[in-house]
Amino acid sequence: MITFMNNSDSEEEPCNERTSLMSAESPPVPSYQDGLQTAEAGEAQAHRKRRTGSSRSPNNIADGDVSDLGVPVRESALENEEEELTLKYGAKHVIMLFVPVTLCMIVVVATIKSVRFYTEKNGQLIYTPFSEDTPSVGQRLLNSVLNTIIMISVIVVMTVFLVLLYKYRCYKFIHGWLILSSLMLLFLFTYIYLGEVLKTYNVAMDYPTLFLVIWNFGAVGMICIHWKGPLQLQQAYLIMISALMALVFIKYLPEWSAWVILGAISIYDLMAVLCPKGPLRMLVETAQERNEPIFPALIYSSAMMWTVGMAKPDTAARGASQQTWDAAEDGGENPLHADSQMSETRSPGTTRPITSFEELEEEERGVKLGLGDFIFYSVLVGKAAATASGDWNTTLACFVAILIGLCLTLLLLAVFKKALPALPISITFGLVFYFSTDNLVRPFMDTLASHQLYI
Amino acid sequence: PALGLFLFTIARDPLRIIILIAGAFFWLVSLLLSSLIWFIAVKASDPQDEPLQKGLLIFGVMFSVLLQEAFRFLYYKLLRKAIEGLVALSEDGCSPISIQQMAYVAGVGFGLMSGAFSMINLLADALGPGTVGIHGDSQLYFLTSAFMTMVLIFLHTFWGILFFHGCEHRRWWEIMAVVVMHLAVSGSTFCNPLYMGSLVPSYLLMAAAATWAYLLSGGSAQNLRRFLLCK
Repeated sequence: MITFMNNSDSEEEPCNERTSLMSAESPPVPSYQDGLQTAEAGEAQAHRKRRTGSSRSPNNIADGDVSDLGVPVRESALENEEEELTLKYGAKHVIMLFVPVTLCMIVVVATIKSVRFYTEKNGQLIYTPFSEDTPSVGQRLLNSVLNTIIMISVIVVMTVFLVLLYKYRCYKFIHGWLILSSLMLLFLFTYIYLGEVLKTYNVAMDYPTLFLVIWNFGAVGMICIHWKGPLQLQQAYLIMISALMALVFIKYLPEWSAWVILGAISIYDLMAVLCPKGPLRMLVETAQERNEPIFPALIYSSAMMWTVGMAKPDTAARGASQQTWDAAEDGGENPLHADSQMSETRSPGTTRPITSFEELEEEERGVKLGLGDFIFYSVLVGKAAATASGDWNTTLACFVAILIGLCLTLLLLAVFKKALPALPISITFGLVFYFSTDNLVRPFMDTLASHQLYI
Repeated sequence: PALGLFLFTIARDPLRIIILIAGAFFWLVSLLLSSLIWFIAVKASDPQDEPLQKGLLIFGVMFSVLLQEAFRFLYYKLLRKAIEGLVALSEDGCSPISIQQMAYVAGVGFGLMSGAFSMINLLADALGPGTVGIHGDSQLYFLTSAFMTMVLIFLHTFWGILFFHGCEHRRWWEIMAVVVMHLAVSGSTFCNPLYMGSLVPSYLLMAAAATWAYLLSGGSAQNLRRFLLCK
């Protein structure tokens, strides 16, 4: 989902994945996608709340001194500017999202094409118990549909579970869950991935070196994602774990199930974000009521990081509540700091927010995209690369389709200005293009190429 | 060269990248529709009949060319609307990107996509083992394909500029000229193992289109001289 805060159900997949692989050894780890969504929802809502109720928000105690008159006037004057800025920066944001999505897809496609491990069928997840090696087409279809239903219901259950956890304020639990999941992802999957890549290129690496490399990678990753770190590094890590997750999916989901799951996920995404009773919507509203910061990790943010300084928390809080939700990176941490420092900076803070708010307009703002979206986009393109016989044409077609879908979704986001699901449009385009390119365009292009004709 | 064009001129400005990708998308859709038509035609006809297949292929190619140009036109319409939107939104009343730049980017988008589709499977196969032209086909297959693709990408770029210019100023003959040129280039590839027949005319046409586009974009011989002499 794209939101200026995106909630993507697919976040759940990582945890499910992990648990399935680890099912023999450890108790199931609930998905952190929900945590992510909660977090994102919280942030978005917190920001929204701060924006609309800036004079009343507890974060902006200092602003309370600002007259209420000042606030509405400023807000309306700013609204127009914000509208323009939205669309002026719109292109920039689109590119800021294009680049990581492209990178993730490139990593996945490159790995699929070169490392054969990920295209071998070595078993399935426990979440997709029905095999697809059945003799008849009807049976296969039935099995894939059943697989999908199971997978989706697992996701729904996880999401609801997380909503409940969030509602009842079991934050420690969610934090622990998130940390455990990302730990497993960073260490275990990286180990497997590295092992396979080294195998493919026939490079020998001894265990101590391997241990060192993976330990460093994982430790830095944990710090970057869950705590503070340079923005680019955090983005890079998020891209890498999305790619790893997507690779695992591509390997372990049987073919037809994968396509049906992709379709079903986008429909679920649509419903969960937009329906009033959808779990994600409820998350968002709950977090909004509580005006709470979100959990770090599991959303990709393209914005510059705010430095946490004296005046900044005010502006961060205010700026983050831009109409377009272009929220600052690390918004999760900042509101906390803002709260603690707000009381100290009460008097100087009153005058500063007004001026620094204008300054904010010039600074970088970003768009947030859920990691699950990355994962599913990459799954689509990776599957296209792995299973299509038209190879690169199909992959390229899916890639362009997904990017265009992303563009359109961002456009809608700029128009509607609230959390939107990022999956449906892109996945629909991607699926349409995949199937049509594979079946229609490929014979055409092959025939053309064999006669060396050009169109 | 196309990649170079992309890097130097388009990658700086995010709006251009979006237009590029959208252009590629439009080309892709046109390809899809044309291959759909061809596919239906082939399925409906007798697969054993060789001349018929060849004829269908030719028909498919021509149809695809026409469809590409139609989509270029649609894209033009879309970009016009987009420009109006951008102008309305910008602070100083003029659009951040001109229609000519858009034409250029759209052309590159089309070209990149068509080039990619033409070349990429070839490149992938080229990485593997094999001998070129072992069955009596030309040994220059890869080379000529590369050149042909390059000329086609450039041509698409120039056609984009010419086409949009024609649409802007309502000069239908320019548009017709673009369509005719495209048909001619595709047609010339029909005589393809005879490479003289296809490559040379294509390059000539490209040179012609290049100068035409250059003049349309406001260049002149003087500008060129100044540029070359680094004044």
